[in-house]
Amino acid sequence: MKKTLLSAALGAAVLGFGATASLAGTLDDVKAKGFVQCGVNGSNLAGFGAQDSSGNWTGLDVDLCKAVAAAVFGDATKVKYTPLSAKDRFPALQSGEIDMLARNTTWTASRDSQLGFDFRAVNYYDGQGFMVRKEIGVKSALELSGAAVCVQTGTTTELNLADYFKANKLEYKPVVFEKQEEVDAAYSAGRCDVYTTDQSGLYSIRLSLANPDDHIVLPEIISKEPLGPAVRQGDSKWFDVVSFAHYAMVTAEEFGVTQANLEEMKKTENPDIKRFLGEEAESTIGADLGLPKDWAVQIIKAVGNYGESFERNVGTGSPLKIERGLNALWSKGGLQYAPPIR
Amino acid sequence: MAADARELDGNNRSARALLYNPALRGFFYQALTLVILGWLIYQAWTNAAENLARANMTAGFGFLSGRAGFDLGQHIIDYSSDSSYLRALQVGLINTLIVAFVGIITATIVGVLVGIGRLSHNWLIAKLSLIYVEVFRNIPPLLVIFFWYIGVLAALPDVKKSLSLPFSTFLSNRGIYVPTPVAGEGFNLVWIAFAVAIVAAIVFARWAKAKQMATGKQYPVIAINAAVIIGLPLVVFLALGAPLTFNYPVLGKFNMQGGSVIGPEFMALYLALSFYTASFIAEIVRAGIRGVTKGQSEAAAALGVGPGLTMRLVVLPQALRIIIPPLTSQYLNLTKNSSLAVAVGYADLVAVGGTILNQTGHSIEIISIWMVIYVSISLITSLFMNWFNAKMALVER
Repeated sequence: MKKTLLSAALGAAVLGFGATASLAGTLDDVKAKGFVQCGVNGSNLAGFGAQDSSGNWTGLDVDLCKAVAAAVFGDATKVKYTPLSAKDRFPALQSGEIDMLARNTTWTASRDSQLGFDFRAVNYYDGQGFMVRKEIGVKSALELSGAAVCVQTGTTTELNLADYFKANKLEYKPVVFEKQEEVDAAYSAGRCDVYTTDQSGLYSIRLSLANPDDHIVLPEIISKEPLGPAVRQGDSKWFDVVSFAHYAMVTAEEFGVTQANLEEMKKTENPDIKRFLGEEAESTIGADLGLPKDWAVQIIKAVGNYGESFERNVGTGSPLKIERGLNALWSKGGLQYAPPIR
Repeated sequence: MAADARELDGNNRSARALLYNPALRGFFYQALTLVILGWLIYQAWTNAAENLARANMTAGFGFLSGRAGFDLGQHIIDYSSDSSYLRALQVGLINTLIVAFVGIITATIVGVLVGIGRLSHNWLIAKLSLIYVEVFRNIPPLLVIFFWYIGVLAALPDVKKSLSLPFSTFLSNRGIYVPTPVAGEGFNLVWIAFAVAIVAAIVFARWAKAKQMATGKQYPVIAINAAVIIGLPLVVFLALGAPLTFNYPVLGKFNMQGGSVIGPEFMALYLALSFYTASFIAEIVRAGIRGVTKGQSEAAAALGVGPGLTMRLVVLPQALRIIIPPLTSQYLNLTKNSSLAVAVGYADLVAVGGTILNQTGHSIEIISIWMVIYVSISLITSLFMNWFNAKMALVER
């Protein structure tokens, strides 16, 4: 009798504390706990979020996490990574388990509204494509009627696939799995004829197959997939920090600031670059964002500018060898465009 | 002494007596527990509501009428990407029920056979049954499912090199393709004839049993019933001119076109669940049989009844009393383990619900739907098994 009473009272006390939800912003929470909890891809997606054999995380999304940590703390190692599958990424962000989601997540209207997230920065403009075996002899996605298509569940990929085949009056059999490794295994085993996901993912996965040259990526891009970081709604200060971490990287590339010439650039006479790097005495941009004055310098020191991060992770400096394409700077014909840091 | 006795008397109205009154104390503690429980539930409810409001999300089941937008690999009823989320959940529920129902039947048959096998006097059969039980009991069900899925996939040939089986059936790693029967005109009469034949068979079986009880004369019930059930519809079918065509599976550019397919996901899940649960049922059956006193089988042997008939007519009916309660638990376990289907891509309730949860973000509603459905399935199964148990109970004098 006494034991049940005591445990019931303890349980009530714990729940009571939980009921008073923390209304302080995420930026303050992150500063208080001393690190950023970042949700990344748990399936070792080469180029975006992957762990090497010593447990170090690399990738375009991982670089963004490091950039945020560098901006807030001046130290890119103050990040803890939570590997997430497509199914559990949204509950993890909704529940507060992670501070930001950098997991090649497409920005859509319903995710911005119904799921209660905020998107702004797009660190990779992508589109959905198809991969098939060369021996089938198919040259276009319109010839895929009757095929078995492997897809990951809970993604925009699944929905775009259904819409595309319906719009073009083609039949298909969906073979859905929860984890990307299971989809890869099924495609390799021949359970399905076609693999569909974002084109960047297709190139990455093709590398991991037994004979990469046996597979071709079809030319059709059937959707827009703007991939970017997401935070919870109602958290404007943190939202600004995460967005401008990416914009700082793009701005650095626009100004031609690299990891190599960073120290030189700090001594420049160009007022725009001076202000951007926090060298201008009267500028309060850093403080207004809730960050130290040299926040942009720390980001570039940690991960370089956007172009460097791109080339290192998914471009010519990586096995993926993806062209800049849509992800080039706006001045070079691409879509990467940062609002002025002033 | 007398003074103490008077104080401890529950009818005494002093405060100390109230404290020691058992009925009052019982009532007080129950009321207190109820209040605390109510307060906990209230706190959990308001906590959830506050979190939802903070995340700018609405609660409610209205989202179920939204357009699903995704396709499902296995569906018995009509479903397309234009159907609603509610329809998708219904498809998932039907898939779960199918695999649970078929799995339960197979698991029971295999379990009973292996359980009896463990008690066999044949050394080889006994040891093989032992190995089977020990292997499958000790592996987590998810691994068993992966083993069957990867084993099934790896062993079967590619669809372009399918194994050709009789009756235009093809076996490959895309599944078993069978021709679909397409009913022609007047096929309904065959169904009616089939129903009539079944009713006639039941009536005949009862009449033959009553006759056997009364006079001891045995009729070949099984043979006659089989002849009627197969023969009568067949005669009607042929008389109507055989109104039945088949939709044959043919190898297309990618896949087999036409016919029906039993997918490898379903096969892997069904086989894995059946064999996994059968190992538990085997032990329960063995325990039940051992629980029947040895005197029963000795008495049957003394009467000249063979070992097979003894097992079927004397031992098993008595063993059922011991077997049925734990058997109910195993059936419920099988039903709940079917939720592992998401690992192999079978569209069961949890898999479909998970996709909807991800697309709409309404986690709490979906999870409560899951809980309600699984609890309902479990309660219905338990109700049925308890009724069956009551029927099997020995009538004590």
